[in-house]
Amino acid sequence: MKTENQKAWFFVLPVLVLVAFNALIPMMTVVNYSVQETFGDNVFFWQGLDWFEQILRSDRFHAALGRQFLFTFLILIIEVPLGIIIALSMPRKGFWVPVCLVTMALPMLIPWNVVGAMWNIFTLPDIGLLGYFLNHVLGISYDMTQNPLAAWVTIVTMDVWHWTSLVVLLAYAGLVSIPDAYYQAAKIDGASNWAVFRFIQLPKMKTVLTIAILLRFMDSFNIYTEPFVLTGGGPGNSTTLLSIDLVKIALGQFDLGPAAAMSLIYFAITLLVSWLFYTLMTKDDLN
Amino acid sequence: MAKITLSKLRHSYMPAPQSPSDYALKEIDLDWSDGGAYALLGPSGCGKSTLLNIISGLLVPSEGQILFDGKDVTGLPPDQRNIAQVFQFPVIYDTMTVYDNLAFPLRNRGRDEDTVRDRVMAIAEMLEVTGMLGQKAAGLSPDNKQKISMGRGLVREDVNVVMFDEPLTVIDPHLKWKLRSKLKELHQRVQATMIYVTHDQTEALTFADQVVVMQDGEVVQIGTPVELFERPAHTFVGHFIGSPGMNILPCSLQSGTALFGDQAIALEGPIPGQPEGKTEVGIRPEFVSLANSGLPATVTKVSDVGRHTVVECSANGTRINAIVEGAGPEKGAAVHLDFRRDQTRLYVEGWLASTPETAAETVR
Amino acid sequence: MAKFRGSFSPYADTETCPTPALIKGQAVRSQLPESQITMALELRNVTKRVGAIEHIKDTSLVLEPGHFNVLLGATGSGKTSLIKLMAGLDPMASGQVLMEGEDISRLSTQKRNISLVHQFFINYPHMTVYENIASPLKVAGMAKSEIEDRVAEAAAILQLKPMLHRRPHELSGGQQQRCALARAIAKESRAVFLDEPLANLDYKLREELRDQLPELFAGRGAVVVYATSEPEEALLLGGRTALMRDGRVSQFGTTAKIYRDPGNLDAARVFSDPPINTATVTKEGTTARLGPDVQWQLDGAAAGLRDGSYSIAIRPYHVLPSASEKASVRLDGRVQVTELSGSESSAHFDLGLGGTAGGEAQANWVSLSAGVHPYKIGEMHDFYMDPSACYFFAPDGSRAA
Repeated sequence: MKTENQKAWFFVLPVLVLVAFNALIPMMTVVNYSVQETFGDNVFFWQGLDWFEQILRSDRFHAALGRQFLFTFLILIIEVPLGIIIALSMPRKGFWVPVCLVTMALPMLIPWNVVGAMWNIFTLPDIGLLGYFLNHVLGISYDMTQNPLAAWVTIVTMDVWHWTSLVVLLAYAGLVSIPDAYYQAAKIDGASNWAVFRFIQLPKMKTVLTIAILLRFMDSFNIYTEPFVLTGGGPGNSTTLLSIDLVKIALGQFDLGPAAAMSLIYFAITLLVSWLFYTLMTKDDLN
Repeated sequence: MAKITLSKLRHSYMPAPQSPSDYALKEIDLDWSDGGAYALLGPSGCGKSTLLNIISGLLVPSEGQILFDGKDVTGLPPDQRNIAQVFQFPVIYDTMTVYDNLAFPLRNRGRDEDTVRDRVMAIAEMLEVTGMLGQKAAGLSPDNKQKISMGRGLVREDVNVVMFDEPLTVIDPHLKWKLRSKLKELHQRVQATMIYVTHDQTEALTFADQVVVMQDGEVVQIGTPVELFERPAHTFVGHFIGSPGMNILPCSLQSGTALFGDQAIALEGPIPGQPEGKTEVGIRPEFVSLANSGLPATVTKVSDVGRHTVVECSANGTRINAIVEGAGPEKGAAVHLDFRRDQTRLYVEGWLASTPETAAETVR
Repeated sequence: MAKFRGSFSPYADTETCPTPALIKGQAVRSQLPESQITMALELRNVTKRVGAIEHIKDTSLVLEPGHFNVLLGATGSGKTSLIKLMAGLDPMASGQVLMEGEDISRLSTQKRNISLVHQFFINYPHMTVYENIASPLKVAGMAKSEIEDRVAEAAAILQLKPMLHRRPHELSGGQQQRCALARAIAKESRAVFLDEPLANLDYKLREELRDQLPELFAGRGAVVVYATSEPEEALLLGGRTALMRDGRVSQFGTTAKIYRDPGNLDAARVFSDPPINTATVTKEGTTARLGPDVQWQLDGAAAGLRDGSYSIAIRPYHVLPSASEKASVRLDGRVQVTELSGSESSAHFDLGLGGTAGGEAQANWVSLSAGVHPYKIGEMHDFYMDPSACYFFAPDGSRAA
């Protein structure tokens, strides 16, 4: 269209360059690796789709993928309802609003590796606050370096602590945007608290919750730093999530080809599931 | 349906109100009979919404009582008062169908599905929304959404009062007309007590049998639309109702005669007592005509509003509007204004002081 | 503006190209061809499309300074879309916008030197009233003393002087909108767009501000465009009115004239509040027949029409509850709703139009009359219409007589 100002493209250019360096070039490199085999010295052999086949058939991949889905499932099933409950119980106006909001935001401000290290120390059986309390005060045997269940409970708790706030803040934003008239009308219509939640609050929060669920899915499905710092994938392979396994293959064994193929499969799964989530959750809006 | 009584009602949003100005609502006593159509009319901040919220139970008054059929409901929450309210912005339950929206208040009260269906169908018929019962309510146009909110109010047969809080704000003018007459029709059919809150005089006057005009938290006048139009009790009512509002001319009183400048103005009748304070003559533009003799004035503006012409004149520095049929005079023309005598009132300190001739005679 | 004339002006290569200095000179303007002397804002075959939907359909308009240019139409009729095109906020699909003869279609909003006052009171919340009014002048790099003068003038006109140092949230709705208007006035832009500026104000405030608006802009030389959905507002503002419906201007002309002389059925419908009464009549010779019972003799232009079926439209205040010299044609109607507004009564009634294949056809009409009339709901009542106030339209909606 002639009426549009073409100068605008000039301002978009830096972003395009950045995206190219950040995403496209590494991506192409990965694609390149995934179809080749190398033994070092920059010598490559054509491998075709063999790596993909191998990865897709490997039990190790299946196990890591299963753990990954379990982890994400637990995260979503805990954090989303918990976030909504906390958001519902927060005050809508007054002095306590900023206090609550800042408190909620605090965990999210801490860097991932610090979170991992913090929880690592926190849970050490002999000197960690939590570990000591559980083992020596309550007498529960708790050591996540030995017990896979303890390790799982710890990484899930840590993630809940770290990221539930995100769901809370988004849900809260959706809640405060509901005009008072809706609550008043519901009171007059004789609606129960559950009906108010089901027919007013939940529908009005839907858009932000969709965003919250998508963000939490993608983040938890790609999580690496915190569990790596906390458990290193152990004990055994019990907390070796997909990302941790991927790094082990790539940097531990320097199997660049399989690692590249695996990361592409990983990427495809993330994309597919995100798309599924999004389509399912926005299905009603299209009508 | 119920008779509504407001007794010595006062409300302040402050915890410890001292002076009268701390009250958003100053002492109000009212009796509204069963099945009437009432309007609360006033500018923003006059306290009409506060009063509405007190009647619906969303707000508990600082002092006084609200009685429904003589029963004190002051402390009852909204859901126990059996009232319905339609808000400024249509409130609908987005995820439900139109049918479920209408059925919602009945289902919440545990009515069986047969009763629900009968009531919903009857109300839908009345509102002419039968065709959209199966549709999701979220996709409706604003006027249909507002119809559904009205329907939710009317669907319960045991409602004491239906309240409307500026319900036509978001409705387009040509649909406003339709919805307003729909509302009037509904009232004439179901005979429920209805209270309509608005700042729009046209809406208030066309809807209500009796209008309560409010200003600064006080009731200025309660009357039928005709009373408010013909005998405003206060210059505020004269100004607020009518378009353009009543002409208010400062005047002096000399031995019972009103003088505007040095022009004597014949009033509707005698003025009882010895009025003291600011005196003004009030006359509606509808009763001012252009004549060969009378008050000399200069035309300052002529607006052709289609069905008649508004002639704005200036006399002794006071603006006087006249409504005339057909084409008006030219701007700048010198004219004489004639006031219809039986519609010319005297106001002292803002309040109506003159009495009609006949009424005065019967008193004597 | 001179900067762009060379490349964008349609007169760039012609002998008569007016220089910016001369275009304002009366003597030169009168020598120029009609189409070029205008100070106006001109739309030439403008369209706007979003996806496959045409929001504005081929529209040409010449909006002149010196009076209000009212865009009248219901919500969704395209008033705001048209204003956005003129303001450069939305791209056009085709066509041109010309300001004082200069093509500004490709200019950004910032360079068009226009003001826009919106339905919602839009001010900068963190600035005082003074800073709000001064902001466009500061952006334009005006000298401080001149800014002070202009702000003082605008504030005086809009009675904002006592609150120049307050912030918008400390003002009432009416004052906030006056602040937005003052900003538009102080800027002295070439065009001012007022998009339903009074819609969110109280009835009486609206009345007051509407009364003042034409005077505010009188003698400022700006093209004033005012969008509204209320016919009464258009009449009170006077000037010229463009009736809009479905993204199209159905009629444009002097406000009072097009009110009395609607060019088509759409225009008559848009420009009538309460809604205009319509029905279908059959014309035979000099007789018009409405339903089985009503007929009257035609004279004037209507009598000269070809025989056949026509739509008639008549405004409610020409349908009265009692007969008079003019209101002479009797109608029988069943009263459905009555309204009383103090000085006037209105009755909605169903007018029987006789039997058709699908049963008895009915038209829903309204009568509006001065005074108080006792109607009984659900009962038949006589109404009398003034046949000289009837507009006749051909079946395609165009005005017949």
